[in-house]
Amino acid sequence: MTAAIEAEGLTKTFGGDVRALNGVGFSVGKGTVLGLLGPNGAGKTTTVRVLTTTLIPDSGWARVNGLDVVKDANKVRASIGLAGQYAAVDENLTGRENLRMVGQLFQLSRKDASRVADELLEHFNLTEAANRPSKTYSGGMRRRLDIAAALVVRPPVLFLDEPTTGLDPNSRTAVWQVVEDLVENGTTVLLTTQYLEEADRLADNIVVVDRGAVIAEGTPSKLKSTLGETVLDLGFADTTTAASAINLFKGSWSAPPVLDGTMVELPIDAGPSQVMIALRTLDEAGIAPTTMTLREPSLDDVFLSLTGRRAELEEAEA
Amino acid sequence: MSATVLPQAAAPMKRSKLRRSIGDSIVLTERNLLAYLRIPDQLFFSSVQPIMFVLLFRYVFGGAIATPGMSYVNFLMAGIFVQTVLFGSVSTSVGLAEDLHKGLIERFRSLPMARSAVLFGRTLADSVRNVFVLILITIVGFLVGFRIGTSFGLYLAAFALLIFFAFAFSWVFAYIGLSASNSETAQLMAFPILFPLTFASTAFVPASSMPPWLRWFAEHQPVSIMVNATRGLMQGGPGANTGHWVMLAIIWSFIFLAIFIPLSVWRYRRVG
Repeated sequence: MTAAIEAEGLTKTFGGDVRALNGVGFSVGKGTVLGLLGPNGAGKTTTVRVLTTTLIPDSGWARVNGLDVVKDANKVRASIGLAGQYAAVDENLTGRENLRMVGQLFQLSRKDASRVADELLEHFNLTEAANRPSKTYSGGMRRRLDIAAALVVRPPVLFLDEPTTGLDPNSRTAVWQVVEDLVENGTTVLLTTQYLEEADRLADNIVVVDRGAVIAEGTPSKLKSTLGETVLDLGFADTTTAASAINLFKGSWSAPPVLDGTMVELPIDAGPSQVMIALRTLDEAGIAPTTMTLREPSLDDVFLSLTGRRAELEEAEA
Repeated sequence: MSATVLPQAAAPMKRSKLRRSIGDSIVLTERNLLAYLRIPDQLFFSSVQPIMFVLLFRYVFGGAIATPGMSYVNFLMAGIFVQTVLFGSVSTSVGLAEDLHKGLIERFRSLPMARSAVLFGRTLADSVRNVFVLILITIVGFLVGFRIGTSFGLYLAAFALLIFFAFAFSWVFAYIGLSASNSETAQLMAFPILFPLTFASTAFVPASSMPPWLRWFAEHQPVSIMVNATRGLMQGGPGANTGHWVMLAIIWSFIFLAIFIPLSVWRYRRVG
């Protein structure tokens, strides 16, 4: 498999002491989706900025479509699309004007840029809003326009920087659908996300970054099986009840349960029937939980198992 | 999403580097002008300030200022024209700081476009805006008694010189806009630069009324030179020395361009 994106040993330090990248390296096969997963401040956006030529790394190298992102920056730019939190649309321009402008700046003729803009607006269900300033758009519409702007030249490689952060569930699903369509048509996608669920759904491979370095990589199923699992959270009236509840599972359960105050966290790795067994066991002992939640593993869980600490939810990412 | 297929890719045009730079600059000039049209209240209020300066100096301070050889309103208007285009260049820095802050420049930098186009698009759009504001101020000037003492042709020459000088000066503010941490700071940074340049100048009062040290500055700094050139072209008169001032104003404009175009483009490449 040939690589559409390759990075090796990327480092970047901001302002002398903020080390945003500390040797990031990975490879993305042509036509596949890579999920770059990590909390705020992990270096996801900085990595994307290096790969999209807007930031020059201190050391290391990266190639997109076989072109060096520093030496052949302008050729790289002609073959990539970028959408996401740090690459915006102009809110004073209408949707159509935005797409036409980006098309022209991709060196399309005025006529071609207009045609592509109209077709993209239709594809992304924005035709009705095409002549309204984009500042009147909803969050989901704006994100669709943003992604449309990244697609004016049908780039073989697409970068999506947290494409669904801040979107409602419907808009999120719509964005996922767009990405799946593109991949079906052969586009290589690198997407950054804070959501394991998103990476799980879209990515062929996941790279987990923390403090500017890759701390794990693999297929979603491999990562999930080693890093996180579905957990049944059971809440009890008091710590005594919780303690007697956990005793029912100790030793016999497939993975060790965790006692946290009045909460018992029970790993579920054998599907819904295991939940039934858990509840039946409690019932037979005459213990009823007061609360119950079935929780999918989150980025937080992945982090906890990889680093032994919670994901730091820092606000700023350089 | 809808059932339609994604559009067929169109082939990019093959253009020389220069034609690409010009083409991209035009695209961005249009974009900035469209934005001005979308927020007409901003255009309106940015014209209110120079009008208020005309009224303030014409009716409040004017009576107390003696000007040799011409009426105060004719003396004043040259200063107002220069002040208006200089203050207008603040929008160059504010606009760029906003583009930077909102992530638009990040998008532009990821596109295969000329590196200088974002900056030319901004400074050129602000020049077009200056044309409208200067026409408006001329009309207001006529309403309060301003008259051209030379000829309409020389008035137009002054007009063109003003636009060129302002274009050059706005590159100073392009650099500031790319260096400011946000658009508010960009706006605040303008004040300590513009205030001494416009008021410690020959724009509103003759330099002869100032103490010697200030007078030296006021007589030699570029804004005074531009004011003298404008005044000479519009009013003429003995001792106006118009050719000398026009030449110096053009030289200063080229100095601004020679220093601040490379500096701003350099800054644009590294910003963020």
